[in-house]
Amino acid sequence: MSATNEKVSYVELITNGLLKENPIFRLALSLCPAIAVTNNLKNGVFMGLAVVVVQVMVNLTISAMRSFISPRIRLPIFMLVISGWVTVVNLVMDAAVPDVYKDVGLYIQLIVAFASILARAEMFASKNPVVPSAFDGIGQGIGFFFALVVISAFREVIGKGSIWGMDIFGTKPLLILILPAGGFFAVGILMAAFNWFYEKFGAKSGAH
Amino acid sequence: MDFGKLFELVVSASLVNNYVFTMFLGLCIFFGVSKKMETAMGMSVTFTAVMMISAALSWMVFKFIMVPLNIEFLMIIVFIGIVAGLVQGSDTIMRKVSPDLYYKLGIYLALISTNCIILAVPLSNVGNKYGFVESIAYALGSGIGFSLALIIMASIREKLELANVPRYFRGLPMAFVVTGLIALAFTGFSGLITL
Repeated sequence: MSATNEKVSYVELITNGLLKENPIFRLALSLCPAIAVTNNLKNGVFMGLAVVVVQVMVNLTISAMRSFISPRIRLPIFMLVISGWVTVVNLVMDAAVPDVYKDVGLYIQLIVAFASILARAEMFASKNPVVPSAFDGIGQGIGFFFALVVISAFREVIGKGSIWGMDIFGTKPLLILILPAGGFFAVGILMAAFNWFYEKFGAKSGAH
Repeated sequence: MDFGKLFELVVSASLVNNYVFTMFLGLCIFFGVSKKMETAMGMSVTFTAVMMISAALSWMVFKFIMVPLNIEFLMIIVFIGIVAGLVQGSDTIMRKVSPDLYYKLGIYLALISTNCIILAVPLSNVGNKYGFVESIAYALGSGIGFSLALIIMASIREKLELANVPRYFRGLPMAFVVTGLIALAFTGFSGLITL
């Protein structure tokens, strides 16, 4: 994997998470919230932000502690760091945006079980210095954020005919997309579109 | 404890509030292991067992340790610790006691520790203020629901191997669309039981 290479630029670390290793569309990790909280844009944005914060803070913490962590017990320690930061984000969201928290609360708590966060901690942060780890966290987090925003915008515009709660069409074109089942359709369709897009333009954006 | 109420709880957790189709949890594992019937069956059994034991354990820890000490806000950390410990423990015990079973189910056990459903069950038990027996019934129902989802999906995906799917939809995107269709069918269960 190119990310373990010493010479990767920060830009590449970020675009990597956005396109080549997009956690949702390419790696199909952390799918649960991608469907559960994306029936409107606002929830998607806040969920995405929570994940960015947790990913960056976890990467920073683990990278800073990497020489003290014994490899044999690294996984429990990673889990401890992750759940600590998730608890922080969880309590902050509950206090700051209670109306969003009502919808996404359970899924915020379940960020603990995100395979992608643990995977980045294991594959990148535990082997690299603090600054690149932070950028890797931002890249991965933004990839997730981007995917959530695309999915939730798609679902809200087509399902409810509105964006961020504001009506744009005055009608509800395809109500099914905001129903639970519609989430699966939306992700399936967007994933296929992403595959197509990646195959067409992927080579170009990888040339940074 | 009213037996009918418990039965309702099991049915509601497995069909009406199915974890995969109406609450979208455990999707990584759901899409990961539903390619073959055999793995889907192994996963279902392991999953339901771990879920019930961890629900029982975390109920006891929450009630007898965390509430008296006023540390309910640490429940995420404590519950994930319980699940990880349980998985590690049963891994070791199974390897010693029945290597045969370990050979069959060991790989699923390792996957379980990072699964959101296992963690969601104790969290919702606390959220809904279930008692001990109710917690276990809820875990059983969730386990049945997840097994049902896995088995339905595995049998469809085995057939899908032979179908001619448009190029960019091959693999996961198609699996998502199929799941959407099943989820649509499952919305038919909503309103079956109101607790």
